[in-house]
Amino acid sequence: MRREGSPWRGLSVVFFRELFDHLTSARMLVLQLLVIVFGGMVVYFAAEQIRNTTAEDPFLFLRLFAPPGQTLLSFVTVLSILIPLIAIGLGFDSVNGEYNRRTMSRILAQPIYRDALLLGKFLAGLATITICLITLWLMVIGFGLLRLGIPPSTEELARCLMFLLVSIAYAGVWLALAMLFSIVFRSTATAALISLGVWLFLALLWPAFAQLVGEIIAPSDIRFAQLGLPTPDTVAWQQGLSRLSPGTLYGEAVLAMLSPEAQSLTNLLAQFQGRIMGAPLPFGQSVLSAWPQMVSLIAGTILLYVVGYVVFQRQEVRA
Amino acid sequence: MSDTVIEASGLTKRYGAATAVDGVSFTINRGEIFGLLGPNGAGKTTTILMMLGLTEVTDGTVRVMGYDPVREPLQVKRLVGYLPDTVGFYDHMTAADNLRYTAGLIGIPVAQRDARIASALDRVGLGDVRNKHVGNFSRGMRQRLGLAEIVMKEVSIAILDEPTSGLDPHATAELLDMIRSLKREGVAVLVSSHLLERVQSICDRVALFHAGRIALLGTVPELARQVLGGGYTVEVEADGGQALADRLAVVPGVRSVEQPAPGRYRLLAEGDMRPQAAAAVVNAGGQLRHLSVEAPSLDAIYNRYFQNQGTQNAA
Repeated sequence: MRREGSPWRGLSVVFFRELFDHLTSARMLVLQLLVIVFGGMVVYFAAEQIRNTTAEDPFLFLRLFAPPGQTLLSFVTVLSILIPLIAIGLGFDSVNGEYNRRTMSRILAQPIYRDALLLGKFLAGLATITICLITLWLMVIGFGLLRLGIPPSTEELARCLMFLLVSIAYAGVWLALAMLFSIVFRSTATAALISLGVWLFLALLWPAFAQLVGEIIAPSDIRFAQLGLPTPDTVAWQQGLSRLSPGTLYGEAVLAMLSPEAQSLTNLLAQFQGRIMGAPLPFGQSVLSAWPQMVSLIAGTILLYVVGYVVFQRQEVRA
Repeated sequence: MSDTVIEASGLTKRYGAATAVDGVSFTINRGEIFGLLGPNGAGKTTTILMMLGLTEVTDGTVRVMGYDPVREPLQVKRLVGYLPDTVGFYDHMTAADNLRYTAGLIGIPVAQRDARIASALDRVGLGDVRNKHVGNFSRGMRQRLGLAEIVMKEVSIAILDEPTSGLDPHATAELLDMIRSLKREGVAVLVSSHLLERVQSICDRVALFHAGRIALLGTVPELARQVLGGGYTVEVEADGGQALADRLAVVPGVRSVEQPAPGRYRLLAEGDMRPQAAAAVVNAGGQLRHLSVEAPSLDAIYNRYFQNQGTQNAA
């Protein structure tokens, strides 16, 4: 049984209206201000630090995003906190807001499918975040050019670009999650609180939780412990569990892109191919090692969107 | 019949064990105002949602201009304008911008868009506030804006869910006038309401809902004859003695004659019997002082019907 007509009918109308709404809303202004103030501050400090200390780093430009040794006050950390905040801020009332304004039945009585409405809203949210991130990204690079006085190399630029793409995928996960809750819960406040709750849980508690659960599932082997080594099974479980959090995936992917010399367990492949310990990985290998994380982020986005889509299609539209 | 625009047969909606709409059948014709009347929770809105394909049909069929809302929802939604119960708009946008968004969704060509929006807004009397934010609009203005959307869409069928609830008498009268003007253009209008009295005046035919079923279906005089055994009450005030009551009772179409006070007669009749009653009084040599008629009210029909149902069930 095929539906008649295209499910994409009206998609662009919804998309542009939502995009316009997002870009002109006071909420977006506040969020963007937050990003610029925090990001600007952090990047400024990073630049100062680079000017004072490092002179012969081959990846000077990348240090702007992720200063060596600094984990708390880096641009990447600020982004990993602010991206979910923006995404949740844009998504938490996208569907239940229409019900509460009682516009939903009026809109769905027009000749469009629900597909167009939901996808239009999602794409508009993602486009808004993308615009926001690109602006920020260009600002940081521009600031770096002015402040450090050297242009980025092609490889650095490619790595920065991949970092941008990973950030957008990361935003997609949170946007899809916030939209899912906005479909499931009729109250916007509930949807916002639960989205923020999930985010806080995954960002703050889950890493410790994963350690604990990993230890329970595969207890440390005394033979490894005596040698002062972690038990491989335990580590595998802990790592697998912690990767359920999009924050972990994002962190790993960003680390691979922005710190070419960093060691991570997924770099085993590179080591087999003759990597010298401590030497920076070439760009292709970095992409390769971050590939599973990037695919997981995109897959997570699609999964959450599909769950929301199914729930939305079955909802009765009374308001 | 080629004039039929909506045809429902055996339409049923169940939520788990509860049945919201139970085997409802009716047809609506071109250029007709059809009233879906009944108390809240009788299944009116659910029936409407099924006609629009906004909720799944459990059983039975509905055809809108020959299209199935479940299989061909876009065709149906192109032909039908819907004004939901307490319609909502985007408060931070102007009236014209709200309509412009809907026009985009409908797919009205850009070249015609602004002209059609302007003429629709003028027609419902919102031309002056087209560039005002909807957030400041009163309830009546929102309802009219919803109607403007339907006018702009140039539909064949307009479905209005509780259009007058929460409106003051003046706004109600204005809105009912606009609904009548839709009818004049050949649009079939389906009005749902729990305010029987207000909507009765504009409906050609009504369906009285009760507990998910259509209890009564037909024109108001038909229903009055069926349920009240007449429905028209003619009040006569005349001098003429006892013989007058008997003379009035034999007028064809008069069911019964009461005499609440000396010289006053109340006739229960099948129609407006004022001329016949006047002739009877004059022929009997009486002096006619006062003559008035009261049309049957849906409230009376509804109450009487369910009283009868109640006594039948009890027996």
